[in-house]
Amino acid sequence: MVVGLPPFSVAAKKMAVWLFIIADAATFAACLLAYGFLRNGNAEWPRPFHSITNVAIMTFVLLTSSLTMLLGVRAASANDKPAAFRFTMITAVLGIVFALLHVREWMGLIGEGMTLFHNPWGNPIFGASFFTITGLHLTHVAGGVVALIAVGMKYNHGRYDGSDLEVVGLYWHFVDLVWMFVVPLVYLLNLGH
Amino acid sequence: MVDAPDVRPSEPAATYKDSMGKYIVIYVCLLVIAAAQFLIAYSNIPTAAMFARMLFLAIIEAGLALMFFMHLWAEKRGFLLFVLIFTGFALATMQYGWTDSFRMELGVPYTEPKTGVIQQ
Repeated sequence: MVVGLPPFSVAAKKMAVWLFIIADAATFAACLLAYGFLRNGNAEWPRPFHSITNVAIMTFVLLTSSLTMLLGVRAASANDKPAAFRFTMITAVLGIVFALLHVREWMGLIGEGMTLFHNPWGNPIFGASFFTITGLHLTHVAGGVVALIAVGMKYNHGRYDGSDLEVVGLYWHFVDLVWMFVVPLVYLLNLGH
Repeated sequence: MVDAPDVRPSEPAATYKDSMGKYIVIYVCLLVIAAAQFLIAYSNIPTAAMFARMLFLAIIEAGLALMFFMHLWAEKRGFLLFVLIFTGFALATMQYGWTDSFRMELGVPYTEPKTGVIQQ
């Protein structure tokens, strides 16, 4: 009996993260499809965004965090432990910056009267769908930051190795990938002209 | 007698041959594509056309991130096909509801015109 050969020659934990990513992609796709369905079915959909500065900065921060994560995994692959740890922590800090910018934006919208079940521009479904989608993404970012710090610290103390950084990196890139769809669908198409 | 499973408590990190320059180029490409999406948002075109262009660019962005940042391109072809086909099929099955969405907008049948309120 032959045992121990992983499917596709992919390590078990990496395969587990890929399966999680596939499932999570379906979750986000379902949310975005539901959002598209509602937006398409409601002729008077609000367009409350008048500036894209904040979301542009958020996008830049998240894309840059993907690059720093990549550099961290690359350093771990080259057995450069200090650099791998440093880049992982930089990624976590960028994630925190992204989350703070997101919360600032939320507070601005809440200040204008938008909640889960109400918004001053008309259709209340907009508030529910906006906070659900961006909230789900923000939850992923927050979880990713915690994972980056936890795995980074344990990697630095020798309890985890480079493959652990790699799998947390896969998750982080996925969070970035989802944002590439959230921005145009939720923000840019609702830009008031 | 059954052989003991090959348990390796510590799996080495995968080694990828991509150069730093390649990563930087892809990062810049992603920034440029994201910027293009923002520019499209300010263009004076119908929402449907805007949506199509932004979605097209988002798919290119996602492809670049998947293949090179997540190193899917460097994995075995079987694994790449597994991820793409499995995910693609899961996402494709979700598209069945769009006709209902257009029916809501047009108002026939079952809905009030332009309100999206379902009739009892």
